[in-house]
Amino acid sequence: MMKQKNVNKRHLRNDILLIIVLLLVAATGAAYLFLFRGFGDVVKVTVDGELYGVYSLSQDRTEDISTGEDGRQLNRLVIREGKAFIQTATCPDGICAAHRAIFRNGESIVCLPHGVVVTVTTAQTQGEPDVVV
Amino acid sequence: MRNKSKTTAFMGLFTALALILAYVEVLLPPLFASLPGIKMGLPNIILVFLLYRRSACSAIVVSLLRIALVTMLFGNVMALLYSLAGGILSLVVMILLRRWNVLSTVGVSVAGGVAHNVGQILMAMLLLETAELGFYLVVLTVAGTLAGVFVGLCGSALIRKIPANFLFLDK
Repeated sequence: MMKQKNVNKRHLRNDILLIIVLLLVAATGAAYLFLFRGFGDVVKVTVDGELYGVYSLSQDRTEDISTGEDGRQLNRLVIREGKAFIQTATCPDGICAAHRAIFRNGESIVCLPHGVVVTVTTAQTQGEPDVVV
Repeated sequence: MRNKSKTTAFMGLFTALALILAYVEVLLPPLFASLPGIKMGLPNIILVFLLYRRSACSAIVVSLLRIALVTMLFGNVMALLYSLAGGILSLVVMILLRRWNVLSTVGVSVAGGVAHNVGQILMAMLLLETAELGFYLVVLTVAGTLAGVFVGLCGSALIRKIPANFLFLDK
């Protein structure tokens, strides 16, 4: 009985340690993302890993990202007041459309069903002016 | 278990339970409106229970059956890949931790919850060929931890309340 109690105590201590470590890892990641990356100036759109287009965040615009074999899968990307978000999408879950607007460097909106990834980045890291649409 | 038909009935019962919990989870409103796609992982309660009360093998069978059935009922092939990545990684982690006996049910389920999310993110990185999903990993680590605590508490309550000889679980 005494032995079982000690085992339970040890388990509880390990549980708490595990949870603290996980939350610390998350906090470190969050601090890195928010403090050290700053703001981006362009959004890069990729479809299934291939570049679809790069759009400046400083210019308001609406862009329909069409994917799928017949191009009927749509995600409407809206850039307004320096932030980017998906306004509407034809994907079944609509998670991308529910996602809040992004503007910090490295932030992204992902539409898993359509394979669309919208990521905020800086123009310098994108380099080539010929890919800026 | 030597009795084959009893095993079949057991697996059917627990698979049905896991399936129902997965369905209930779809019906529940999202926990955080601004962070869609985050789920409690209620079916994991069944897996934790099986892991402690029966065997790792039964948990694997129920988990795979549930993923297959949920995909057939509500999902598509893409969803299947994500479910499998999360489900398998989560189960492997939980089985190993259970075997090492260093954590309680809560700790095991926290590790399982986080592993589930990590598995899905890894699959997303693979399929979308992008490594820029770090933000999601941060959010999902916290979400997985909280969900894991809840699931672990439910699981340990079940394990405590349901006697070892219930439905001949010990045989």
